[in-house]
Amino acid sequence: MSERYVVAIDQGTTSTRCIVFDRRGQLVSLAQQEHKQYFPKPGWVEHDAMEIWRNVERLAPRALRQAGIALDQVAAVGIANQRETTVMWDRRTGLPVGRAIIWQDTRTDSLVHELSAQPRAARITDISGLPLATYFSGPRLRWMLDHTPGLRARAERGEVLCGTMETWLIWNLTRGAHVTDVTNASRTMLLDVHTLDWSDDALDFFGIPRAMLPEVRASIGAFGTACEAFPGVRIGAALGDQQAALFGQTCFTPGEAKCTYGTGSFLLLNTGAELVRPEYGLLSTVAYQVAGAPACYALEGSIAITGSLVQWFRDQLELISCAPEIETLARTVADNGGCYIVPAFSGLYAPHWRSEARGVIVGLTSYITKGHLARAVLEASAWQTREVVDAMNANSGLTLKTLKVDGGMTADNLLMQMIADVLDVPVVRPLAVETVSLGAAYAAGLAVGYWPDLDGLRGNWHIAGQWMPAMDPRLRETEYANWQRAVQRTFDWIQPG
Amino acid sequence: MPGTVQSIERAAAILRMLAGGPGRLGLSEISRSLELAKGTTHGILRTLQGVGFVEQDRVSGQYQLGASLLHLGTSYLDTNELRSRSINWADPLAVRSGEAVRIGTVLDGQVLIVHHVFRPDDTFQTLDVGALLPLHATALGKVLIAYRTGLTTTELAAYTRKTLIKPRELAMALEHVRECGWAADVEELTPGQAAIAAPIRGYGGLVIGAIGVSGPVERICDSRYAPRPRLVTSVRDAARAISREMGAARR
Repeated sequence: MSERYVVAIDQGTTSTRCIVFDRRGQLVSLAQQEHKQYFPKPGWVEHDAMEIWRNVERLAPRALRQAGIALDQVAAVGIANQRETTVMWDRRTGLPVGRAIIWQDTRTDSLVHELSAQPRAARITDISGLPLATYFSGPRLRWMLDHTPGLRARAERGEVLCGTMETWLIWNLTRGAHVTDVTNASRTMLLDVHTLDWSDDALDFFGIPRAMLPEVRASIGAFGTACEAFPGVRIGAALGDQQAALFGQTCFTPGEAKCTYGTGSFLLLNTGAELVRPEYGLLSTVAYQVAGAPACYALEGSIAITGSLVQWFRDQLELISCAPEIETLARTVADNGGCYIVPAFSGLYAPHWRSEARGVIVGLTSYITKGHLARAVLEASAWQTREVVDAMNANSGLTLKTLKVDGGMTADNLLMQMIADVLDVPVVRPLAVETVSLGAAYAAGLAVGYWPDLDGLRGNWHIAGQWMPAMDPRLRETEYANWQRAVQRTFDWIQPG
Repeated sequence: MPGTVQSIERAAAILRMLAGGPGRLGLSEISRSLELAKGTTHGILRTLQGVGFVEQDRVSGQYQLGASLLHLGTSYLDTNELRSRSINWADPLAVRSGEAVRIGTVLDGQVLIVHHVFRPDDTFQTLDVGALLPLHATALGKVLIAYRTGLTTTELAAYTRKTLIKPRELAMALEHVRECGWAADVEELTPGQAAIAAPIRGYGGLVIGAIGVSGPVERICDSRYAPRPRLVTSVRDAARAISREMGAARR
């Protein structure tokens, strides 16, 4: 019998990838396609959902061809996706109603401001586990319904459907299943994280008709069989990308944590069957759920901008020609020269949650070169991690001993060393950078019995690289204090109204 | 005299035009001036852009000379970019071989380690990135010098009894590397240690680095001190996958 494989679709913020994995969780082939980013106004970010679906259709055969395998060798497909990004489409034609609104988009700023003044707002936070912020899908759906003539009536009649990206992809893969998974649903502010079903209170608060919402399913189970892209293959799992990375890092037991460095960075700590009340600007979220079993929860510290700051440095400032060059440029100087960049491009997420904050570069003098700026760019990712780790330690009562990292930015050795330095703990990279995809593959493989159990997956996890802290503690304290002063300067920039 | 290659002549003419002009030039300007079809001109410009000799302005769509033309004599590849684009293929090699993986390039007559993946047994190991190794006594180094004419190490220092210290011996070994497409060192740098490496190629087949596995000689080699064929295949497969990623044509 020929060898079988699992395929992950990783629908990310800047690109979509199809990755084929073998039984040892190793990457066999990778096909990737970037999609267009639309920035129609400051603070607005959109994607063309149709372009993304067409990319999936193109990538599927390409990934299989590169791996040299046939469709019948694919045991299952798993999906990991950019979270909170929201799209609406016509049930009959399958065509999107406008563009998808991306998680980084801050157009719901004043709506969120208005809603948070309502007395019921605190209760919605208790139900959903999330602070009221532009980051989540609920306010975004309300904005779309408010700003598209006739849309609300069509949504109430069930003619227009909505979903996050996994829902959109499954709809197209299966030609018509309208489903979401608990991890993605837990990012809408519409899900009751205790009962794992849509909350009538939250739907009423945001004014969202229930008829347009997908059915909520366990993350690991059955999402139907694909008719398109992978015809005949079972869709075994769907997870938000960060939850998928937690799964890919095999953080299956309470107390295990990982941080993924991508467009943004997200530190998730497994809290088991217990839903920990979030404090210090953290979120409580569903980590995963196996069909028929209780959900596993996580505490999350979300950082909006890390990798995308490097991208901005490359595309908007044009100081480097490719992202890895940031390390080369940063190594031309010994320190930041007193310069700090706080990338509050779409406000600040954890632990501050200030949607009115905007980015600053402080400490500029005529001494500063592009090398210092490059260093400040990397340090911004390190210090933002430190803030989130401090919050995580305070909230969980545990002390992080090592940080497990993954994502594309882990190729940046200088950044990894900086993170070890500012956290004062070892930073460990596992033998798979693509943990988002790996997590989706693991979950889908488990659902169809390709892998027998979680322990089998744990055996695949090995250390590929490790960075040890080597920073003078006094320097660490002064630099952290400087960073925190820089953060203060981003606050209250956008004036209400 | 053998015939000339027309497309290279045309590419050279385009480069001269861009170098001689006052600023950026548009596609129609270039094709009109050289009396070439727009499609042909566009194809050449796209190719020159792909290898970094030409850059296109994002706003106007006009062309200018690329920054990498200025650095033709020096290393054109950013080592951090090489690591970033290899990382997905170095990890599977560590898993398949069960050994540590290193990627190297040439720096000042030595091998510079630009990426290192630990041996996947979760024992304590430290990152070698930034370390320098001798070219003639390592599998990585032998690959790197085998494909670079004119790159000779002045003094062949002995690290063990097995280090190749005679220029003639080394030349023969390098010839063998070019024939087979891979290199090995068996106790030539450290007693008890062996390594296998293969070339990473970029545009046009240019060798830009080497990837290899290393470990105890009894695991890397069979009982007759010959590198295990299974490991050689894994190393060469990984090298080919990275080469594809770096723009080399499939071979």
